[in-house]
Amino acid sequence: MLRVAKNLRVWQMGVLILILLSWHMVSRNEQTAFFLGEPITVAGRVWSWFVPVDLPANALFPDGLPGRADIYLHLGITLLETVLAFAIGTVLGLACGLWLALAPTASAILDPYIKAANSMPRVILAPIFALWFGLGIWSKVALAVTLVFFIVFFNVYQGVREVSPVVLANARMLGANHRQLLRTVYLPSATSWVFSSLHTSVGLAFVGAVVGEYLGSARGVGYLILQAEGTFDVNTVFAGIVVLTACALVLDGLVGRIEQKLMKWQPRQGETEKI
Amino acid sequence: MADDALELRGITVTFRSRDAGEQPYTAVAQTCLTVRSGEFVSVVGPTGCGKSTLLNIGAGLLQPSAGEVRVFGQPLQGINRRAGYMFQAEALMPWRSAIDNVMVGLQYRGLPPEQAREQARTWLERVGLREFEDRYPHQLSGGMRKRTALAQTLALDPDIILMDEPFSALDIQTRQLMENEVLALWAAKRKAVLFITHDLDEAIAMSDRVVVLSAGPATRPIGEFEIDLPRPRDVAEIRAHPRFIELHSRIWGVLREEVLKGYAQQLKKAA
Repeated sequence: MLRVAKNLRVWQMGVLILILLSWHMVSRNEQTAFFLGEPITVAGRVWSWFVPVDLPANALFPDGLPGRADIYLHLGITLLETVLAFAIGTVLGLACGLWLALAPTASAILDPYIKAANSMPRVILAPIFALWFGLGIWSKVALAVTLVFFIVFFNVYQGVREVSPVVLANARMLGANHRQLLRTVYLPSATSWVFSSLHTSVGLAFVGAVVGEYLGSARGVGYLILQAEGTFDVNTVFAGIVVLTACALVLDGLVGRIEQKLMKWQPRQGETEKI
Repeated sequence: MADDALELRGITVTFRSRDAGEQPYTAVAQTCLTVRSGEFVSVVGPTGCGKSTLLNIGAGLLQPSAGEVRVFGQPLQGINRRAGYMFQAEALMPWRSAIDNVMVGLQYRGLPPEQAREQARTWLERVGLREFEDRYPHQLSGGMRKRTALAQTLALDPDIILMDEPFSALDIQTRQLMENEVLALWAAKRKAVLFITHDLDEAIAMSDRVVVLSAGPATRPIGEFEIDLPRPRDVAEIRAHPRFIELHSRIWGVLREEVLKGYAQQLKKAA
């Protein structure tokens, strides 16, 4: 176990190389390649998308590679939708979660509707949003917001209700009024729950944006994937998936960074009782 | 009387049970208790007898079913603003460092941050945690957390200090140190203290007066003892004082039966 932990990165790379190699071997067969794509062609597609430099013909790419660098507009649109949805959904979820957790009557009345809205498969709202907000970015943002909102909302709701009653009573004895309680007790206590939800909701913001584009749009990575699928260009579909995954990882990493900064008061293993 | 800091008059507390079929539970019945200004009063009683309930009533965190609470002669409404409360459980905010925890009450009062920080620092120094002001609660030991909580409570300079078994989670050495420190701080300011404990030694060593509660349900005071031991005291040394031993055996005579009763009831409840 210890020896593996030391070379963890090496082993992780090994798994990736193994997957890519077996993908490559399998795709030597032309029929399989039609369905699974070829990793080298996929890499070439990603190159053409991102790099404005033509590659001359070589051993891997006998026809050479055009450097079109034409994905930035599409990727920018998708990222914009994702970030907008993530921000709006998080703020709305935080506000509603706080409000309902602190207003027991309202939460009791609204409870069945919240449950219904949460259990509804919200992706089917996409056509309705397209109708309401048109084919531009806002229909995608709206769809992704519905996905993000509920995750953040339920986590904040839970977080506020699990505030330690002793800490709460202590703050009241120290003279906190309602606003001060919210600011110094409820909000900080809910943040740890919010952050655990943000990791999930970053991914879902992407899902909402791409699915929205996939169902009707003129720009975005989802649109590119849809176009490629229409011409049975499975390599481009895979290239799109790779790009989206990389972006989601980067966003998730950013959330993790912010979390580490803001949550430094939380005990981590091996750090407790340091005197 | 105006020099009564805290007065509980005929307090009864009945908890309605959530399940419809069950009987309402009377934790405290017809209890009268007075703490004079500058007096250190301890309340001892068997476990689960409603000691904490009584303290929460005095703090205004809980409304009595019947009876009245008076604070310096005025009837209490809502939270008792003149009291500081030291809880049995961890009450520090884990997301605030030690000094931020001590200054939070001052901030609630609207003190500017620099001034609040300055005062908080003085208090942390007084409880011997000068070097630890930037630590978060999870980075402090149990004793240090209690000291921080003590500084947090005292920083507001309350006229009444309520303490709910504050040191019960500490080991015996740390506990005696803390008890002596509390006594020293109390002697300097002479506030009214209502101290809840299940430890008779602790109660006698620290107090001017010890009140014994009966076993629950329907707890009420069944004995009051003036502790006429000389001050200043050292909680470890005073235990060897002949008067201490005499008082201890007298109070224990009253308490013993209640402890056995309380224990029998717990067994019955568990069965």
